[in-house]
Amino acid sequence: MDEIVIQTEGLTKIFGDFTAVDAITFEVRKGEIFGFLGANGAGKTTAMRMLCGLSIPTSGKATIAGFDIYKETESIKKNIGYMSQKFSLYEDLTVLENIRFFGGIYGLSNAEITNKSEALIQQLGLTTVADTLVVDLPLGWKQKLSFSIAIMHQPKIVFLDEPTGGVDPLTRRQFWELIYEAAHQGITVFVTTHYMDEAEYCDRLSIMVDGKIKSLDTPHDLKKQYEADSMDEVFYKIARMAQRT
Amino acid sequence: MRTVRFLLYKEFKQIFRNRSIVALIMVMPVMQLLILPWTANYEVKNINVAVVDQDYSTYSQHLQSKISGSNYFNLVSSSNSYDAAYEQIESGAADLILEIPPHFKKDLNKNRFQKLFIAVNAINGTKANLGAAYLQQLIKDYDQDLQIELNTTNRPQAPKKAEITFSNWYNSDLNYKVFMVPGILAILVTMVGGFLSALNIVKEKEVGTIEQINVTPIKKHHFILGKLIPFWILGNVVFTLGLLISWLVYGIVPMGNIFLLYLFIAIYLLAVLGFGLLISTYSETQQQAMFIMFFFMMAFILMGGLFTPIESMPKWAQMLTKLNLVSYLIDVVRMVILKGSGFLDVLPKLLTISFFAVGLNTWAILNYKKTS
Amino acid sequence: MKRLLVFIKKEFTHVLRDKKTLLILFGMPIMQILIFGFVLSNEVKNTNLVIIDNAQDQATKQIIAKIEASEYFEIREESFDAKDMEASFKQGKSKAALIFPLDFEKELNKNHTATIQIIADASDPNYATTIENYLTAIVQDYISSTNGRNPYTIVPEVRMLYNPQLKGAPNFVPGVMALILMLVCVLMTAVSIVREKETGTMEVLLVSPFKPMMVIVSKVIPYFILSLLNIVSILLLSVYVLDVPIKGNVFLLFAESALFITTCLSLGIFISIRTQSQQVAMLISLMGMLLPTILFSGFMFPIENMPKILQIVSNIIPAKWYYIIVKDIMIKGLGFSAVCKETFILVGITVFLLFISVKNFKIRLA
Repeated sequence: MDEIVIQTEGLTKIFGDFTAVDAITFEVRKGEIFGFLGANGAGKTTAMRMLCGLSIPTSGKATIAGFDIYKETESIKKNIGYMSQKFSLYEDLTVLENIRFFGGIYGLSNAEITNKSEALIQQLGLTTVADTLVVDLPLGWKQKLSFSIAIMHQPKIVFLDEPTGGVDPLTRRQFWELIYEAAHQGITVFVTTHYMDEAEYCDRLSIMVDGKIKSLDTPHDLKKQYEADSMDEVFYKIARMAQRT
Repeated sequence: MRTVRFLLYKEFKQIFRNRSIVALIMVMPVMQLLILPWTANYEVKNINVAVVDQDYSTYSQHLQSKISGSNYFNLVSSSNSYDAAYEQIESGAADLILEIPPHFKKDLNKNRFQKLFIAVNAINGTKANLGAAYLQQLIKDYDQDLQIELNTTNRPQAPKKAEITFSNWYNSDLNYKVFMVPGILAILVTMVGGFLSALNIVKEKEVGTIEQINVTPIKKHHFILGKLIPFWILGNVVFTLGLLISWLVYGIVPMGNIFLLYLFIAIYLLAVLGFGLLISTYSETQQQAMFIMFFFMMAFILMGGLFTPIESMPKWAQMLTKLNLVSYLIDVVRMVILKGSGFLDVLPKLLTISFFAVGLNTWAILNYKKTS
Repeated sequence: MKRLLVFIKKEFTHVLRDKKTLLILFGMPIMQILIFGFVLSNEVKNTNLVIIDNAQDQATKQIIAKIEASEYFEIREESFDAKDMEASFKQGKSKAALIFPLDFEKELNKNHTATIQIIADASDPNYATTIENYLTAIVQDYISSTNGRNPYTIVPEVRMLYNPQLKGAPNFVPGVMALILMLVCVLMTAVSIVREKETGTMEVLLVSPFKPMMVIVSKVIPYFILSLLNIVSILLLSVYVLDVPIKGNVFLLFAESALFITTCLSLGIFISIRTQSQQVAMLISLMGMLLPTILFSGFMFPIENMPKILQIVSNIIPAKWYYIIVKDIMIKGLGFSAVCKETFILVGITVFLLFISVKNFKIRLA
């Protein structure tokens, strides 16, 4: 349980004269579900994009799955999965075609792809819509599909950027079951969310304010530290410190 | 390479699922090729002449009948008022006024010298110039007629003359369509390839799918290759379609080796697609990519020798056309199809275009960034 | 009204934020004016010629000297071999060959007739014909100089109306104006409206308490203004760089331009209502609208040369009428009465387009 898969030190991203992410330092351990909270504009997405190798940091250090964030982005990419805030599978491809495509891109063998896609479609209950264009799926199904595709190649870490935005409570529940399942297989889950009930499901939480990490602990200890009954309250107390809007 | 196969499968699925695009890619060039060559005709004929005849003699009548008998001119009116004729120029009914002054016949016989007045609507300079030249030639002929009529007995001997025979090679009927069809074909292949490739990557940026691609360990050149090949094939299909139409509708059969043509197109398409992808990597939205592409296309086509010869451009502009991809294709397609030029004839252009193909694609790969 | 202003402002921000597109939008007319004004021409100049002189006598030498002296030709090679000539044609190195027979001068003096052969690379027939005409003129000139003078001389005096220096500009400036307006208004509007459809923001606007047609109107207003600015820049270039003054009434010219812009915007709206993706909208506007504008407006190719059917088709191209209007006002200096008919036709086309757009729009919403 002690293997560290994400380690950052003073990671910073500056756009012009705006410091989006301000020297964040933290560690994430293998198999953890790590919640990454913060109000809109606190810098979560920017931080996550840096960790995924989509955005080059202005300064600071970080290693993902043991690889350097500056020099080894392509090696990092082999070991991570990513699900962006904006739905980004191909809407003009069918469910099956999307699965096969990304399987192929991640270098899975044909047999693996066939097995995986069958298993995936079974697991998600998408059998009837396997040949439907993704554009025609309801949002909740799309999100589950996105997630499954993101972990299809058994990455060490999966990054989820507000994966359950706009989804009904039941589907969110099912979604979190998928997350637990993945964590159970040893995949580290790095997730941002606005739902505080979801935050409770995480092993550890960090809360970002104005590009900095204000607090980092288990939900239980955070509540104790801020003398709050719920994560909701913790979040309000911390988010209120924000200077920028 | 296995990755490329998956990319290709995906691209083809996407292209063919979008029925309207496929229809446009196929139907538009066909339509263009069927219509455009008929419109692109510089030939100056049907020049409308308004005659202002203030002499009204046998001479002026003779001149008028010579005009109406000519292939170049239509005699639209004959009156004795210049103002009436000028109004016809203003309204566009006439292109040219020929004014025969009063006492034309009398003075000519008396002074052996006479003037005629021609006024041309010169907004279109080329047409005006040619129209005036034709009319002057006609008047010269008319002058000769008069000489012969009046003077045959005076002449000791017929004047010397040179008989010039013309051989118009490669296009003996001087059919402008034969010249335009291969050029238009070149443009269509360029447009289809250029625009589709320019829009493609940027579309993934706009929709957001590029993010999902960028977090995968995909190699940049694999990605670009996956984008290139489908359009390369489409470009070849459009070209083949165009060749068929040129043959079936216009009866144009390539004089040269058809494989040479395909070899050139193959490399040319790589260059154009590379250019399109390059623009795609520089743009944020499809609208932007389209406009940038359009800007270049416009310059390329106008300066590519399709409508006006490159030889007629000023020297500095001719130097610029060395960078103009399209001018190479227009030239080579015409050379091979019309003149039957061979491999060695087009080799210098083939080498240049290969250089462009390698350069532009390398640039596109380098400029496609998986990170921001 | 205030709400409309808010919407227009939003659209303006969109348009102005996209610097690259904006640059192209204003760069395009400048580029076109410069290309048409300084690059393109049909003039035959310094054409490479092969001369095969089998006679090598006094007469042929003088003719060759005359050809060399003319600005039209450059003698590329003097050769005796027809094979060289063919190779030169195939490589595109020379465009024509002039062949003198053996004993050219002898024949001329004895029989008063001698033959010369001109072989032209006629793959471009216009160019070939022009070369042939020039060569003929030079040869005939020489021959007639050896003859005596004509007893009767008729001298035609030519006056070039509107454009005495025979510049290309008076012909193409109105054409470029039509082209640019088509481009900005049809292409930009169609694509930017469809884009909102594609990204789903259109739905947001449509459910706002704002009349749907007003949403569309506010989208096109920035393009209307940009187009007017483009007209201003084209006219400035035309007057100060190309020396083509505006002879007629400037206000009338702008009023007519505003009318044509409206026509184009209606066309753009119509396309955007009927299409679902940017790429389709773009291909339709580009291939279906821009090329016909270039071809059927009559500024590149004379309409009267086209087959009858295409001449009839050209009547539904708005740019054709606008082109005539601009030419009449700007170059010929005519007043409204001269462009009355064309104006009404444009109004008719616009009203028709708006009518079917509104109709289609309602159907979509229902």
